[in-house]
Amino acid sequence: MTRSTSVSLWEELVTSALLGTDRRTPPRAVMAQGGEAPVALLDAAALHTVRRRAGLLPAPAAARPEPAARDDRPLLPEAACDRLAQLLAGRSASSAGGRRSAAPDLTELLPQWLATANEQGYRPPPPLLPALLDAARARTDLRPRVLAFAGARGLWLARFNPEWRFALRSASGQGVPLPETTDAEAVRRLWEEGLFAERVALLTAVRERDPGDGLALLSGSWATERAEDRLMFLDSLRTGLSDADEPFLERALADRSRNVRATAAELLSALPDSALAGRMAARASSCLGMDHSGERPAIAVEAPHECDTAMQRDGVPPTPPTGRGNRSWWLGQLVAAAPLSTWPGRFGGRTAREIVALPVMDGWREELHAAWCRAAVRQRDAEWSRALLGAPGIPSEAGPGTSSLAERAKLLTTVPERERADWVAEFIAAHGLSEAFQLLGVCAVPWSGPLGGAVVDALGTARDTGGYPWSFSGVMGLAERCLDPSEAGRLTLLTGAADGTGSSPSGAGGYWSEAFQRLASTLRLRAAMHRELTSPPPDKAADPGVRGP
Amino acid sequence: MVAPNVVGMLRSSGGQPPEPAVPGAGRPSEPLPPTASDPASRDAGPGAGRAGRSAGPEAAARRAERRAGRITAGATELERRLSDLLRGGLAEAERSGHGLWEETAARMVDAQAPGLAARVRELGALPGSGPGWPVRLLEECALTHLLDAAWLGVDRLPEPLAATVRARVGLTAPAAGRPVHDHWLVLAQCDSSDGKIITRRIWVYGRESGRVALLLSFGAGGGSPRLALPVGMAVEAWLTPHLGGGGLRAELGEPVGPPVPIDAPPRGGPVSAALDAYGHALRADPWLDAWPVTLAEVIPVPYGGGWQLADAHGGDALPIAPAALSRPGLWRLAALSGGGPVTVFGECGHRGVTPLTAWSADGPEAVPLV
Repeated sequence: MTRSTSVSLWEELVTSALLGTDRRTPPRAVMAQGGEAPVALLDAAALHTVRRRAGLLPAPAAARPEPAARDDRPLLPEAACDRLAQLLAGRSASSAGGRRSAAPDLTELLPQWLATANEQGYRPPPPLLPALLDAARARTDLRPRVLAFAGARGLWLARFNPEWRFALRSASGQGVPLPETTDAEAVRRLWEEGLFAERVALLTAVRERDPGDGLALLSGSWATERAEDRLMFLDSLRTGLSDADEPFLERALADRSRNVRATAAELLSALPDSALAGRMAARASSCLGMDHSGERPAIAVEAPHECDTAMQRDGVPPTPPTGRGNRSWWLGQLVAAAPLSTWPGRFGGRTAREIVALPVMDGWREELHAAWCRAAVRQRDAEWSRALLGAPGIPSEAGPGTSSLAERAKLLTTVPERERADWVAEFIAAHGLSEAFQLLGVCAVPWSGPLGGAVVDALGTARDTGGYPWSFSGVMGLAERCLDPSEAGRLTLLTGAADGTGSSPSGAGGYWSEAFQRLASTLRLRAAMHRELTSPPPDKAADPGVRGP
Repeated sequence: MVAPNVVGMLRSSGGQPPEPAVPGAGRPSEPLPPTASDPASRDAGPGAGRAGRSAGPEAAARRAERRAGRITAGATELERRLSDLLRGGLAEAERSGHGLWEETAARMVDAQAPGLAARVRELGALPGSGPGWPVRLLEECALTHLLDAAWLGVDRLPEPLAATVRARVGLTAPAAGRPVHDHWLVLAQCDSSDGKIITRRIWVYGRESGRVALLLSFGAGGGSPRLALPVGMAVEAWLTPHLGGGGLRAELGEPVGPPVPIDAPPRGGPVSAALDAYGHALRADPWLDAWPVTLAEVIPVPYGGGWQLADAHGGDALPIAPAALSRPGLWRLAALSGGGPVTVFGECGHRGVTPLTAWSADGPEAVPLV
């Protein structure tokens, strides 16, 4: 029997089976041996099936994928590999929900673990790459760190699974398959042909390497970009912003899109030497002046009476948001955009702190200080930020600057980390934790000694004065991730103190104890994680890789 | 092309007029307690299942005879249903839905033929299961028919084949082969559940003998199977094969000392050798869906909607079985390879290869894929 007749016989068998032997009698060759048609058909089909299976031939190989680029980083130490697998497995397990127990929440430790692993320059064991990419798929905040850690092999792998496509177009620098930013031809091609997200990533990367090249890339195609794209591209100029960008930004002030104009104006106002900053300084100066008529010198305010076309061109929106008066809105816009260096000269050589301390006439104080806060943040001015933050210990309504926690958190980002932590520590010591969440969020991790101490003390106070632990769950969560692991010892005192039910006036002693236990065990876990990643690996020659069962 | 000889032998021995159905065959289906074939009882300890439950070889023989009679009745009934199916056409099978198959499977459970029952359940899942389902259904119907016919003529079959048929129908063959001493490398361990019983399959490979064996272990009532071995480690022990089924299934004796790490993955071959091994194994057991193989120096290659394992040198490849494409293990395999050659242990059969464990070219550490 030749192959082709065998194939056609099989096709006849299938047809007969599909339609039924009553309708379609099996082929003569099959029926020749006698017996009932269905049995004869099944006999022949069995013979064919086993024959086919026994004679299977290899398929021709498809084009093999280009191998992944070599990764020369050292492989993660073994204990850290196990830990990573555990953290990644915990990701899916902990999503089940339910009340938090005394056990650490592994999900929250992954970002920190990744940061440390990246600092140490390790590469992951390849079999964990799929779980890493899955984790990054579910949590966008993990993506930059996961992609940096996953390295070339991770990107290589992501090409094959549509669920991991985010890795290929992720906007964050390292590890993204952008062309070498020095390869002008490739950069040009991607800029002209790429998807929007790829182009944003490209522009950011080029800008990081050479701000001038980035600007050139953008100005080359600026006129043909869509308005919403222009806004995003313009935003990427924040990186490496300098006076060299001014001519381009000045032209963008005439853009068709209002949002583009506003962003260009905001960027220009962050350049104190720009023409726009100068125009704003002149306008703002004309609104503020010293008044010596009273007992003490004070700031007199004359808010603008109109928003003329020149002001509008410089990015001042003529119409305020609902509920705001026109004049106070325009004043705020002008002061926020004027260089802070304008003011000492305007106010008799006073320092920022002295200026902020001056009384403001006619109830303009709040408006004026809020505008200065925005200016200090925009211009990254630490001196003005300090002045506007005031002393952390006094009630915020009484102090200078702003009582808004969001504004204060932003101001804090402009002062050095150490100073920031000290300020927040004092704030917590004076006011407790109930308003500290946003401020803690801008502090460097792990928290400095004084800051950590202040948080732990305040938690103890909260328990002793009848607070409920769930009122502090936000701060507790932060503390688990941000406290220095060496604080674990201090916490054990607190867990011990709350062993019974009577130790908290709120009757929540048991809950407090559980919360402190989780905090302490999380800190110990973080310490272990850190050790696994940072202690020198054992001598491989002495230890032939024996693993326990 | 050797397997058809076995098929020829099976066909000539079958087709005898069956014994009349046993009276009990018509009663409503009921869940049967674990029987001698049953995993759970086998697992109670070495020899526990073999000895039988009540005293006396005569009683055991009578029980075996009664059971064989029931299975014969079941096989006869199944033959009739297959004939009806073929007479009416497989196209009907898609319309009639699951119910008919479920009922037939329940009848096979009644007949104490779990092997036939499992086959029928699988047949029930085939109609409408994607392109080409009529071909798959015809193939599986034909092999089920072959098994029915083989059982009905089992007395006239030569011994290793008869043992295979008994095992396939669902009668557990005793672990009565010649014991082998070796350092057994644990290649893979995977669990599957039918909702009541968890079946654990552990593949081991003898370092000196080169022999591959399958250790089955069962956990009833949601419990974990008793046997657990660390994948990628080796244990020194005696291993006793069961009779029939191509000699794969075995029982592992008490290991000597703790498991030790291995210094190299098992020896493997190219893709063509894996297919040859499967074809060869079909000689002894035409119902085999797959055969354990180790592929050395293969590269996972994406093509179309699927993947294949291609020889690093040469133009041969094996498709990865459709069922394995949706498992996370596939991505671990691809990640481990990074486009370079790896060693893969898996089950190779007519649906392709199911990768179970892989080793990178860099070290002896086993990466489980299931």
